[in-house]
Amino acid sequence: MARRGGAPEVNAGSMADIAFLLLIFFLVTTTIETDAGLDRMLPPIEPPDSDVVIKEKNIFMVNVNKEGKIFADDQIVSIEDLRERAIAFLDNGGDGTCNYCKGAKNTASSDNPTKAIISLKNDRETKYGVYITVQNEIVGAYNELRNREAQRLYKQDFTDLEAAYLNPETDESLKDELKEKVKTIQDLFPQKFSEAETSKN
Amino acid sequence: MSKFNKKKSGELPPVSTASLPDIVFMLLFFFMTVTVMKDSTLNVENNLPNADQIKKLEKKDRVIYIYAGKPTREYQKQFGTETKIQLNDKFANATDVGDYILEERGKKAQELQNVLTTSLKIDKNSNMGIVQDIKLELRKVNALKVNYTTYEGNAFLNLQ
Repeated sequence: MARRGGAPEVNAGSMADIAFLLLIFFLVTTTIETDAGLDRMLPPIEPPDSDVVIKEKNIFMVNVNKEGKIFADDQIVSIEDLRERAIAFLDNGGDGTCNYCKGAKNTASSDNPTKAIISLKNDRETKYGVYITVQNEIVGAYNELRNREAQRLYKQDFTDLEAAYLNPETDESLKDELKEKVKTIQDLFPQKFSEAETSKN
Repeated sequence: MSKFNKKKSGELPPVSTASLPDIVFMLLFFFMTVTVMKDSTLNVENNLPNADQIKKLEKKDRVIYIYAGKPTREYQKQFGTETKIQLNDKFANATDVGDYILEERGKKAQELQNVLTTSLKIDKNSNMGIVQDIKLELRKVNALKVNYTTYEGNAFLNLQ
């Protein structure tokens, strides 16, 4: 039997075409994205202790009705002004115990940022988009104040500190330091933000 | 002068394309590894609202998704145009949310069960009523950490 000189070579010229085809498929189907959104904690179902008395001046009532109108402390405000109003309320420092506040020190408004509570109510027919905008503005108010304090103490924005802390790629040793900073700022302006039950009217 | 002319006499040599498959394969493997296939088909409209004070949802294994919105056109005949909740691939009522969360929580590793986040992907034209119902169910099963998932953008665009 005559022996042939090895197996004939397979033509690999079209390999590039096949690879291109696959590449284009994956290019088209890929979505490199991580979801993002507003992080919130819901209140536990049973109130921890219901006999805590909260002074009315320490509560900032935000109510969104079904037409999307926003009432803050029973006055109509436009959505653009809401963040400013929330900042004025949180940063007020009415009883003078808050040495980092720069607010008006109005005695009829909140005593101290650690006591100030923002309460958000909505109607069952409120549009979700409006609700998110209001949430966004209130979170924005907290972030603005926290950024101000973080700039004062650490020359850095709070939002950057927190993002670095939450980023899984950050070094462990750096994380402890960041955790402390984040905690300090959070204690200065704690997010006391209650999402009460929907009003039934 | 003639020294230089000598070299330019011939035509340009063709660029070798022998390494083209390698380059393409490299790209191909990159995209193959980063691609995440969608895990559930959406049966509801899911136009998320915009917000700019957002945080990223890291670690996908710690997230449970709940969708809500109007059924898409093909399902509208069957389910109407009222906002519905979608869990996995099925439509569900608000009362099913609790069971779903418990079931999903049971599937996760033990050490993750206390750090789960619920991602609410809700259409911006939905009414708050259904959101409120979902929130109540979540509180009943003690899944308190939620993320109102949004697109990144100007929040005032939601009002239009």
